[in-house]
Amino acid sequence: MASITYRDALNQALAEEMARDDSVFLMGEEVAEYDGAYKVSKGLLDRFGDRRVVDTPISELGFAGLGVGAAMVGLKPVIEFMTFNFSLLALDQAINSAAKMLYMSGGQIHLPMVFRGPTGAALQLGAQHSQSCATWYVHAPGIKVVTPATPADAKGLLKAAIRDEDPVAFMEGELLYNVKGEVPGPEDGDFVIPLGLADVKREGSDVSIVTNGAMVHLALTVAAKLEKDGVNAEVLDLRSLRPLDVDAILATVRKTNRAVVLEEGWPYVGIGAQIVSIIQDEAFDDLDAPVVRVTQADIPMPYAKNLEVMAKPSVQRVVDACNRVLYRN
Amino acid sequence: MAETRTKAPSVKRSEPAKGLEGFSREQLHSLLRDLLLYRRFEEKAEEAYAIGKIGGFCHLHIGQEAVAKGVIGPLRADDYVITSYRDHTTAIAKGVTPRAVMAELYGRQGGAVGGKGGSMHIFGADVGFMGGHGIVGGQIGLATGIGWAIRYRGGDQVCVCLLGDAAVNQGAFLESLNMAAVWRLPVIYVVENNEYGMGTAFKRVSAVPIVERSRGTGVPARAVDGQDVIATWKMFEELVSEVRAGAGPQYVDVRTYRFKGHSMSDPVSGTYRSKEEVERKKESGDPIGVLRDRLFEAGLLSQSQLEAMDAGVRAEVDEAARFADESPLPEADQLYKHVYREINTHGRLFLDGREG
Repeated sequence: MASITYRDALNQALAEEMARDDSVFLMGEEVAEYDGAYKVSKGLLDRFGDRRVVDTPISELGFAGLGVGAAMVGLKPVIEFMTFNFSLLALDQAINSAAKMLYMSGGQIHLPMVFRGPTGAALQLGAQHSQSCATWYVHAPGIKVVTPATPADAKGLLKAAIRDEDPVAFMEGELLYNVKGEVPGPEDGDFVIPLGLADVKREGSDVSIVTNGAMVHLALTVAAKLEKDGVNAEVLDLRSLRPLDVDAILATVRKTNRAVVLEEGWPYVGIGAQIVSIIQDEAFDDLDAPVVRVTQADIPMPYAKNLEVMAKPSVQRVVDACNRVLYRN
Repeated sequence: MAETRTKAPSVKRSEPAKGLEGFSREQLHSLLRDLLLYRRFEEKAEEAYAIGKIGGFCHLHIGQEAVAKGVIGPLRADDYVITSYRDHTTAIAKGVTPRAVMAELYGRQGGAVGGKGGSMHIFGADVGFMGGHGIVGGQIGLATGIGWAIRYRGGDQVCVCLLGDAAVNQGAFLESLNMAAVWRLPVIYVVENNEYGMGTAFKRVSAVPIVERSRGTGVPARAVDGQDVIATWKMFEELVSEVRAGAGPQYVDVRTYRFKGHSMSDPVSGTYRSKEEVERKKESGDPIGVLRDRLFEAGLLSQSQLEAMDAGVRAEVDEAARFADESPLPEADQLYKHVYREINTHGRLFLDGREG
């Protein structure tokens, strides 16, 4: 096992799946000759040729639709959005075609495809380039949503997503591409992490921080800080938002009896809202305190550095939330 | 016949058989029979809708039958067709049975997709009918992807993408034709130009005619009289073989006319087009009338043959309606079926408390 970046882990996953199955192809803006806007597809054009690694015009709706159409007749497209922000132009195809095709065709046509690319706030990119897009996708039954936080998860989950028989929105953390971690290489066998399995990234006993994607790293920082304060926080990384590992959420709540739900996006009808609803439905009696949510401020992302910091979930806000559910202060 | 005349015309043309060369009497009769079948099918759907057996939106193809036959008829069984929500007769033309289409309109188990799709979502993947799609222009990108897959696999099939005239104003149209041209995909984009997008005349929302709208993409364009099934068939026979041989994407303005309202909820005429205009079009450009008169004039069809033909298709349509009526409603266990093909071992896919 080697320590590689999140970016290289994704690259390995793509290369392994493309080598394994000729029906897998990668298509998107700048994925081929430019090696990908974030260099995720570096070297794939040389290895697999322009039949399978394809630069598109800037036509998100068009090439998302093309991907769906190709999947309708059995190919396994990996459609890259340079960022999921731009995929809002393609939401008609993602929601009205991809998510609904199997149902409205009475089971005749399934879509083994992946929409992938970065999501979430980056650094001072302003309102249109800094947002978490997961809720747009997770809202629609028929599509699956995956948000890996670590290099190993990025690799194992992308391989699972490509092999899944349903459309998967695979949302990478825009600020995670340089994160390094231990990842099983091709020599370590076929490394696949099943969708729908959450992962306890840090064991704890006093409070649970339930989160996903880039926020996992924030939660781990918070947990380290709380530890100095004598509080032992558990960090549950959901990894995939649909399927959602409800058993793991209930298990951590039953263990610590206190939960903070941390999400990168906006609060209203957010992922955290759903998780709080599940906890109060199914683990109400296990709670020693009301669940608290930490989200992005309910505003478009500002550019100015000080305002941006105030808008994003921060270590301090999560620490405060943990203290609140622990009735400290 | 209620809507469609069966009387022989009084005016004789000078060269009645001109343009019919290459078609046998049997082929011509088969064409006419299919057009009649589509007409009677849609009339039956209209009737069933009126008495509440069909719900929701229901867009009839009456007046546009020759497009279904002339465009789809020349295709091979393994070619693909994809279209908008005005999809009943195009589905039948590609090989979905009338009874499966009718039962789908009725929302029954025996429907093409088991009652889950309805009028706007007929599918017949086994016969290359890739669906009725409900968002204007939504199918254009999908067709492009089917064309992509054909090329990817090195196949020689063709994908025909039917779209309404109003769909050319969607961004998806420009994006798709551009990509199809860049990659020379085997897709024929066929505008069923019935002159109106719901209640808006095309000329009110486009500065140039339909046929010119592919110009900026490099996809070659042509036009044909879509009320003339022979002309349409001939053009597509040639075009399909060219595309099969590698000619790349094509764009065709098929000029037709809708004799009914946009959907069953809409008036036939009124604020956006006059009753006289509709009557004039029905008189001069009924695709069934056009073919029937030519066959009469060429001495290739008799009154009694036409009547027998009509009785035959009426019986077929009645049988389809009977089948639909007798087909059971979908079972309750269908509700959550086909949302996902793969139910993952871990985690919940449905968040409505069902699995809780």
